[in-house]
Amino acid sequence: MRYMFLVYSSEADMAAASPEDMLKLRAGHWAVLDETRKKGVFRAGEPLRPIATATTVRMRDGKPLILDGLFAETKEQLAGYYILDCANLDEAIEWAAKIPAACQGGEGCIEIRPIAEIPPR
Amino acid sequence: MRSPSAEFRATAELIFRSEHGRIIARLIRLSGSFDRAEEALQEGFAAALATWPAQGIPANPAAWITSVAYRKLIDSHRRSRVRRDKQIEFEYEILVAAADSAADDPPLFTFPDDRLRLIFTCCHPALNREAQVALTLRTLGGLTTAEIARAFLVPEPTLAQRLVRAKRKIQGARIPYQVPGADQIGARRAAVQEVIYLIFNEGYLATAGEALIRGELCDEAIRLARMLCEIDTPEPANLGLLALMLLHHSRREARIDDAGGLVTLEEQDRSRWDRAMIREGLDLVEQALRQGPPGPYLLQAAIAAVHAEAPTAAATDWRQIAALYGELAWLNPSPVVLLNRAVAIGLGEDLRRGLMLIEALSGLDNYHLYHAARADLLRRLDCRSAAAEAYRRALALVANQVERAFLERRLAAL
Repeated sequence: MRYMFLVYSSEADMAAASPEDMLKLRAGHWAVLDETRKKGVFRAGEPLRPIATATTVRMRDGKPLILDGLFAETKEQLAGYYILDCANLDEAIEWAAKIPAACQGGEGCIEIRPIAEIPPR
Repeated sequence: MRSPSAEFRATAELIFRSEHGRIIARLIRLSGSFDRAEEALQEGFAAALATWPAQGIPANPAAWITSVAYRKLIDSHRRSRVRRDKQIEFEYEILVAAADSAADDPPLFTFPDDRLRLIFTCCHPALNREAQVALTLRTLGGLTTAEIARAFLVPEPTLAQRLVRAKRKIQGARIPYQVPGADQIGARRAAVQEVIYLIFNEGYLATAGEALIRGELCDEAIRLARMLCEIDTPEPANLGLLALMLLHHSRREARIDDAGGLVTLEEQDRSRWDRAMIREGLDLVEQALRQGPPGPYLLQAAIAAVHAEAPTAAATDWRQIAALYGELAWLNPSPVVLLNRAVAIGLGEDLRRGLMLIEALSGLDNYHLYHAARADLLRRLDCRSAAAEAYRRALALVANQVERAFLERRLAAL
């Protein structure tokens, strides 16, 4: 089953991180990318651009209402994602534990969501 | 007098209840679905009630019911496959499909025990605690939804909804039906023990409502812990957990007076303690202590054992208890453990020193037993007005009506 791993971290903490911490963070992601590719479970995974680049579109009276920014202000923001093919939730939890969710000292978490099948026509 | 059929029904229900965990665990393994396993089990039970009165109860009732339920599973799988032709196959059906070919010769003579898988799935950390408790009682305990709802004082639809959500999560997120690997098992076993101990505590000291003890929950938790000792060996923490619950539960008759009031350990009639339960608990403590350094359950069991061995309250070895709480605080330095240690020091060595230790604790201001413990030491020191003040603060926080009545009696007796 494919699971999506939503990586949440605090952009403010990231901005304040030291170059060493940022290197460590990247090394952590590279380790997961390498290992998941080697094991053949990697399906996709990318970081997202900063929240300052986000745009929210909401339909109002049939017309798109366009807003600058995130649809909800939160302490931690979606910073990237992985899609991995795992046998079960335990295996997914093991991978999640390896994905860096924040730089040293910062808050952060990984949300695991099983991917559903597209219903038949 | 009960009719023979009612008599039979009672016997059958007793068998269903005690074999429920074993059968459902097997059926979940075979069907890959909690819901289909439950449906098949219901049909197996119904078949047993229809056949057994005439043919007699089979030698291995669990295998008999499982075998009938197994055939029902295969039938319904075939039917649903025809009905859902061209639809996406549900995941998780691999096992039934694999078992399909062996349909005429179900492998039931060797009846493997899948209960350990089941309890690890029910207590999986990806399920919330309430769901873990409800699922464990429903599947392994074989309690009905109505019984669980009554025991936890929640409306039956709420509890039913909780079970539906949990089963949906197991299926949808694919929580595995397996015993965790070596790197995981420690943490996961602790979660299983916590669930069982929570069930016991809910029964032992009901957090709300009018009855102080809901004995059926205690009995159920003990039954589950016994099962855990049987299927997950050798694991000293399981023995410690079972011992702890047995030693506490041995006092159940003496803890409540005829009017339903709480009787403190000190005032209990020790002749009403359940000696057989104490014996078993003490043996388990000894057995577990030989297996290595004690964990928190075993230390608490050892504390209960010191109480159990004291012929009278006055003869309690409080120094030994204080030392055990000291060890426990080393593993788990929670304010509640430190509070108990302070009380033991107060009673074993010096009331004033105990009181000083209690007053040095922080973070317990909203805990009624903190004020009750302080009040008790003040009462023994004959500081009546300070004791009364502390009892009043405990009374302002207590939720259980029986505990409230106890505190009120103490306050009135000052």
